[in-house]
Amino acid sequence: MILVIAEQQDGVLNRATWETIAAAQQAGGPVTVAVLGADTAAAAAELAAADVAGVVRVDHEALRVYTLDGFVGSLAALVAAEQPAHVFLPHTYRTRDFAPALAVRCGAPLVTDCVGTKAQDGQLLFVRPVFQGRLLADVAVGGQAFVTFQIGAVRADSVVRGAVPAPVRTAAAGVDAAGIRQQPEAPFREAKQAVDLTQAERIVAVGRGIKGQEQIALAQQLASAIDAELGASRPICDAGWLPMDRQIGSSGQTVAPKVYIALGISGAIQHLVGMKGARTIVAVNKDPEAPIFEIADYGIVGDLFEIVPALIKELQG
Amino acid sequence: MKIAVCIKQVPTRDWQPRVNDQKTWVRDQDAGFELNEPDAYALEEGLRLKEQHGGEVVVCSAGPARVAQALREALARGADRAIHVMDDALATADAFAVSEALAAAMREEQFDLVLTGLQSDDQGFAQTGPILAELLGFASATIIMHVDVQPGGLRVKRELEGGWFQWVALPLPALLTVQSGINQLRYATLKGIMAAKKKEIRKVTPPAGVALRQRIVNLYAPVKSKQTQMIGGSAGEAAKTLVAKLRDEARVLS
Repeated sequence: MILVIAEQQDGVLNRATWETIAAAQQAGGPVTVAVLGADTAAAAAELAAADVAGVVRVDHEALRVYTLDGFVGSLAALVAAEQPAHVFLPHTYRTRDFAPALAVRCGAPLVTDCVGTKAQDGQLLFVRPVFQGRLLADVAVGGQAFVTFQIGAVRADSVVRGAVPAPVRTAAAGVDAAGIRQQPEAPFREAKQAVDLTQAERIVAVGRGIKGQEQIALAQQLASAIDAELGASRPICDAGWLPMDRQIGSSGQTVAPKVYIALGISGAIQHLVGMKGARTIVAVNKDPEAPIFEIADYGIVGDLFEIVPALIKELQG
Repeated sequence: MKIAVCIKQVPTRDWQPRVNDQKTWVRDQDAGFELNEPDAYALEEGLRLKEQHGGEVVVCSAGPARVAQALREALARGADRAIHVMDDALATADAFAVSEALAAAMREEQFDLVLTGLQSDDQGFAQTGPILAELLGFASATIIMHVDVQPGGLRVKRELEGGWFQWVALPLPALLTVQSGINQLRYATLKGIMAAKKKEIRKVTPPAGVALRQRIVNLYAPVKSKQTQMIGGSAGEAAKTLVAKLRDEARVLS
């Protein structure tokens, strides 16, 4: 049995949860879904629509708000009781927080950021990107594995629905509320998100290849020429060359413009998850093996400092 | 405050990885190596905390002999001393094996705070820090964008997805994984480089019998999921072709 750990916040399940259920269904064998919180009745009922063997509710007041210690303690008890062959989780920031300690406590390896599974010689292999997405690795584990799935690696709408709702049961929370060392405050957003890139129809985005802050103006000229918004990959915002609200990717905005022009962006996964929904993707990069070309519709291998001025001239001509 | 910063040495960003004959690892004989960039932010944060609150910064790494170069770089930036858990097998080991090796060398030091980068640019497990916290019995929090030292512990700003953040208080000893961009990096000065030559790098042998829990059985280049039209020619020709295609084929420009 594969145990999927669903992720909910205030009763709302995220899309990554459905993607992970789909990955478990595709790996084969029965699937059980667990959901943790203070009142998971509604989320469990929603999960029961999937074609799974069952849904397990783990309810406790100490699980109302996510804490690392609370989730590790509770899930370690659940895994010990359920004895799943594997445990699948979405590769979210929350999972990244608690899953390594959980796997250690259960004495099993954690394979992170997987994009798929393969059956080979009677065992399940887990496929994950390494070296910044330039290579893929098939990973073997001895026995039970905890596995996280990259956001968007499996389509959420490929979840097979059951003919009838799956049975829902409850399990003991096994949480030591007094032992929780993290005291979280309410989530918040920074004062203002001045730029909403999510609605932009055209985006010109810059990455490390832009080399210096003074070169941003060149990308801005191209953006102005096609009435596009300017965006960036994380390192550009980390360096302070553009404000954080221009950042596209897992920690920034998720965009879906009609056209996305990536200048000097290699295509790290954290960036790709934020923009691969763009209808048409153009990549300009000096590195012919940059992962961005794997998802680009049009690619130009070359020096962006030659190509961008030529593009501006062509558009204005 | 006694602070440890765990760093990894990884191949340089512009190096093109090629798969070895067994298809289980890369041919890294021709690679250059550098300090893993996310770890540089952890180091910078450790140095800043020491400047504010006093104490010591000890930089720790697990890997083959070449790793000494990254440790020396960290010492040049301002770390006080280094611990090098040295073993060739650690170069390709999984996060659990690396964490075990680090934990064995770090336990007796009784650090107040351990900082690591978010993940490494080579295998990208994003686990070594959180596993180390579990092995050391430290409270931990990940993807941290700000650290405040308070009476009795820390108050840290965790990054959540999509532009959300959250403050979390936790007691010491603690381990934090630091998000890139938390600070502006400093680079080694000539004075720092000279001073680093006199600083201690303690070499430690990892515990015997740490077995790998996951191993790569096949390594390969990804297959393109999309038909990419590669546009060649001079910059001017490529620009002309691209604009025409965006206008007439993709119809995304007017």
